[in-house]
Amino acid sequence: MSPTPHVRIEALADDAWLLTLGDAIDAVSMARVHARVDDLRATAPAGILDLVPAYASIGVFFDPRRLGAGEVHAWLQSRLASDAARRRESGGACIEVPVAYGGEFGPDLEDAARELGMDAETLASRHAAAEYTVAMIGFAPGFPYLAGLDPALALPRLATPRTRIPAGSVAIGGAQTGIYPRESPGGWRLLGRTPLALFDPGRASPALLQPGDRVRFRPVDADAFARLGEVTK
Amino acid sequence: MSARGVATVEVLAAGPLTTVQDRGRTGWRHVGVACAGALDVDAAALANRLVGNPPGSAVLEFTLSGPRLRFARPTRVAVCGALVDAVFIEAGGRRSAVGHGRPVELPPGELRIGRLRLGVRGWLAIAGGIDVPECLGSRSTDLRGGFGGLDGRRLETGDRLPLGAVQVDRVRRPRAPAWWVEFDDPLPAEPCIRYVPDARPGGPSLDGSGWQLDPRSNRQGLRLKGDALAGPGVEAVSAAVAPGTIQLPPDGQPIVLMADAQVTGGYPRLGHVAAVDMPRLAQVAPGQWLQWRAIDAAESQRLWMLRRAQWRRLSHLLDERLPPYAVRATEFDLP
Repeated sequence: MSPTPHVRIEALADDAWLLTLGDAIDAVSMARVHARVDDLRATAPAGILDLVPAYASIGVFFDPRRLGAGEVHAWLQSRLASDAARRRESGGACIEVPVAYGGEFGPDLEDAARELGMDAETLASRHAAAEYTVAMIGFAPGFPYLAGLDPALALPRLATPRTRIPAGSVAIGGAQTGIYPRESPGGWRLLGRTPLALFDPGRASPALLQPGDRVRFRPVDADAFARLGEVTK
Repeated sequence: MSARGVATVEVLAAGPLTTVQDRGRTGWRHVGVACAGALDVDAAALANRLVGNPPGSAVLEFTLSGPRLRFARPTRVAVCGALVDAVFIEAGGRRSAVGHGRPVELPPGELRIGRLRLGVRGWLAIAGGIDVPECLGSRSTDLRGGFGGLDGRRLETGDRLPLGAVQVDRVRRPRAPAWWVEFDDPLPAEPCIRYVPDARPGGPSLDGSGWQLDPRSNRQGLRLKGDALAGPGVEAVSAAVAPGTIQLPPDGQPIVLMADAQVTGGYPRLGHVAAVDMPRLAQVAPGQWLQWRAIDAAESQRLWMLRRAQWRRLSHLLDERLPPYAVRATEFDLP
């Protein structure tokens, strides 16, 4: 993949560069970012601490005691000049996330469906029909911003955010969908909830989802939710 | 009660915001995990150095005023950061002042760390280090994630902190050397913080007008109050942010991200704080005024190198002064 006119390398901090590969939230930029992260991870010199992909950019954090800012910049430029980063054919792993839609699990499902001019079952099934890509993880440990939402399901955020959203809540905010890993405040519209632990700092792999992973939601009923909740405890 | 042989510290009063911190977490930002860590890692490393701990040992960070702690055994402590009045009360009731920026040998008793002056944050190192379990490679408290440190939260009255193993000789009275370390110039009444503006031209500038620190600031971000800046008018695509990133929300009042910041953000960026001035920024008090001065990236890097050199000199000086502790810092990775 050759560099495009959008490519920029800017100082994000004295110990970080921001590599920007596009200027919009679109599938092409995202694929380019995830392919580029794979390449950078594979070729990173000692002293590169973190690579943080987002929709169209990658944060590159380094240890300034081991690497100079100029060295890191030169490495980034040399990688951009090479064509080693090829678009991944199938993306990352595909992870199935069971979700109980509506009722106590998704208190906004009915209202949201009414706003969108459909019934609750249709909204839930259309939300579960798509395959999503983890564009980035931010806001909180393990919180995935999922791209690929059916544009007809885009919903404005709540005017007044909730102070307390249960862990595992599956929600829509604007043109994106996501999952709250931990009880927290938030303004997205709650459609359902998963019993899976999105983030557990005690696990060898603390985050269930990684940037670039694909996600499918599988609707489950309240009994299955409770059963799965027991298993994952 | 603690198991036999494991030294603990009892928290008699925690203070407004006291947390366990070390140098912070790396390697997990791509899954949303913040750095956390001491807001001045140099001050924390210095405190560790003074008590004979490796530089990355966990210390207590306190805010506005410090904790009251009870030690059941003799120990060695050092307080660094903003100036603070600290008093030690022996079992018999005898009181003595505990100096700042030097190692202090303490018999069993109570340490009371009071209100901070000329700054709002301090760090207390205890010989052996705070021995909470490592979580994702660090002992730092992640307050928003609720993990690390002591159960992922600030200290509370009644907590017991485990200490790492170290044998401190029996002491009957607090003992401290006559010398101390001047870690940094005291914070001026209206500090000037240097920053590197975002490279794209035409952006709003922080220079020239005064900004006041909003009391709603915390370890995640410092909010500034002043004449509202006009934003660039376009919403940015969310991208990685870092401690030191200066964001401009729609209300025109900038936010400077600190160690507990989220890993990505969508507000337009104005630039970043020079790394060398991050510790000073952490000392600005709520309501205090500050000024900004733009410098270029090369100057920011140069200042950082100078600070490292200053540290190396300080470290050599300390080599001559510090007694041979039971546990010596094997490599004082110059902060």
